[in-house]
Amino acid sequence: MEPILSVKNLSTWFYMEEGVVKAVNDVNLELHENEVVGIVGETGSGKSVTVRSIMRLIHKPGKIVSGKVIYRGRGKEEDILSLPEDEMTSIRGKEISMVFQDPLTSLNPLYTIGDQLTETIIQHQDVDRKTAWEIGIEMLKKVQIPEAEKRMMSYPFEFSGGMRQRAVIAIALSCNPKVLIADEPTTALDVTIQAQILDLMKELQKEFKTGMLFITHDLGVIASMADKIIVMYGSRQMEVASAEDIFYRPLHPYTHMLLRAIPRLDKKQDKLEAIPGQPPRMIEVPNVCPFAPRCPRRLDKCTKELPELVEIEPEHFVRCFNPVLETKNSEAIPNE
Amino acid sequence: MVPELFIITLLVFLIMQAAPGDFLDQYRLDPSVSKDFLQALEKQYGLDQPIMVQYIKWLKGLVTGDLGYSFYYRRPVSDLIGERVLNTLILSLYSFVISWIVGIILGVISALKKYSFWDKFLTVIAFTGIAIPGFFLALLLLYFAAKTGTFPVAGMYSVNHGKMNVWEGFKDIFWHLQLPAFTLTFGGFAGLMRYMRGSLLDVLNEDYVEFARAKGMPERVVIFKHAMRNAINPLITMFGFSLSSLLGGAVITETIFSWPGLGRLVYQALVQQDIYVVMASTVISVIMLIAGNLVGDILLAAVDPRIRLE
Repeated sequence: MEPILSVKNLSTWFYMEEGVVKAVNDVNLELHENEVVGIVGETGSGKSVTVRSIMRLIHKPGKIVSGKVIYRGRGKEEDILSLPEDEMTSIRGKEISMVFQDPLTSLNPLYTIGDQLTETIIQHQDVDRKTAWEIGIEMLKKVQIPEAEKRMMSYPFEFSGGMRQRAVIAIALSCNPKVLIADEPTTALDVTIQAQILDLMKELQKEFKTGMLFITHDLGVIASMADKIIVMYGSRQMEVASAEDIFYRPLHPYTHMLLRAIPRLDKKQDKLEAIPGQPPRMIEVPNVCPFAPRCPRRLDKCTKELPELVEIEPEHFVRCFNPVLETKNSEAIPNE
Repeated sequence: MVPELFIITLLVFLIMQAAPGDFLDQYRLDPSVSKDFLQALEKQYGLDQPIMVQYIKWLKGLVTGDLGYSFYYRRPVSDLIGERVLNTLILSLYSFVISWIVGIILGVISALKKYSFWDKFLTVIAFTGIAIPGFFLALLLLYFAAKTGTFPVAGMYSVNHGKMNVWEGFKDIFWHLQLPAFTLTFGGFAGLMRYMRGSLLDVLNEDYVEFARAKGMPERVVIFKHAMRNAINPLITMFGFSLSSLLGGAVITETIFSWPGLGRLVYQALVQQDIYVVMASTVISVIMLIAGNLVGDILLAAVDPRIRLE
């Protein structure tokens, strides 16, 4: 089956006074119906800019410099990036929805939850205000907000953080989009609420058969959510594979080191290891492997040219000249 | 409100008394005025009594609605003020409304077209407005009016105003109004415009504005429903506060353009030490300040649910 969303060679650059920040370079991804694709990476790796480019929510000085975003949800192939701006309003919220990181700031403080929910429904569906209100109540029930009828009249400041994120999810799913983009939806919440929201999202994603792009910097979160994982570093995809492969047979040194930096129940570890060095500066980057300066498996070649993203094993792509192919991967990278 | 009024009027009264001399000094310096006559005047005006007695007498009058008596005009203060309130209101309301409308509209344009030519152009105009002192601009305009003759130099009416019919009389006043109103507006709108611009730019960076876009709301709804209402909030507090300057904010402008309003009356009264006129204007200012802030608070509560329910 054809993927509902394909991103091809997407690059988004920011033209700052200090120079060009190449925030996203040559990103490719595919998302099928009822599939969850996770994007992991540290701050500044380009994951947020990638999904905002898909929504075309890139503002000056940012610019999508190349690439295609093919959407197949409306019975034909459309390149979102070449649609006129007013056509985008019928894609955003209806076909592709987005949940933001901070629920405390993603709702307008001056309007009731009901107002913000129904305005979306009225915008995209051919219903009157009363029906929209009914649909809104149903959505709040779906995200398990108690006393939904009463809560429609509440203002965001009367909701807790977790409740607000539920309301945001209700808004995002209210028009039954085929793609849901979640940009670190649980990062701003405390751990118990995080787990509840993740369960809820997983449940709703299955119910609506939504394709979901799930961004996080938390590998623990992604493990429970994603079917497929994209690891990003320094504006590029470093490794793309199924969730299982990423966690049990990682090939890229960066993925390796990431996994050793988090505690795991299934492996005994005396000490968590941080990745030495700093995330790269993003201005005027030469076309070499962005991870090379921090990489213990660096070859001379790595600082001279950029490795391609190659399919080393079936459905397992890696951008590395010296991938970790050994089976005993715990010894593959020497302890510093 | 009552204790505030009490403290402020007492302070103003004491400060007026602390200034050397009183209204009668101009007579004392005149050798042709006899000592007996001076004493009679002192007695008549109550200036021979201790300060606190004078103040309490004035306060008693205030409670019964009597604002006292002007030494200079030899008429009740309330009559004097009554005559001039309308003139001041014509000038101040006119420039108030224009500065708010122009300030907000230009502020919004400036914010939406950030760093464009128009934004920079408006910014230059705004800083010019903020930087030029009102009296200097007024003098420039006076010079311009005198040189070109396109605008009347001063006052509120033409000499033959009495012979005009209602429509012509209105046009006459309107014509006289332009220069003093421009002076006030130019200083007023500039600050508002910059404030509106900054506030809207802040709000445009908020997540909920981006979320509204991500929901597929058209840009028009994003700006006017989601961004504007939040951006206007800080200005509402300012609105209440600036309401208080409607009666008595334009002392210098009124004086330079000889506009027969309250500002000029108070200025003259200060120079003349015509104490009860000054006191009356103080009371008006205090009442306007408190009322203006009250209006601002009520408006803010009306638009912001967070304040309403707290």
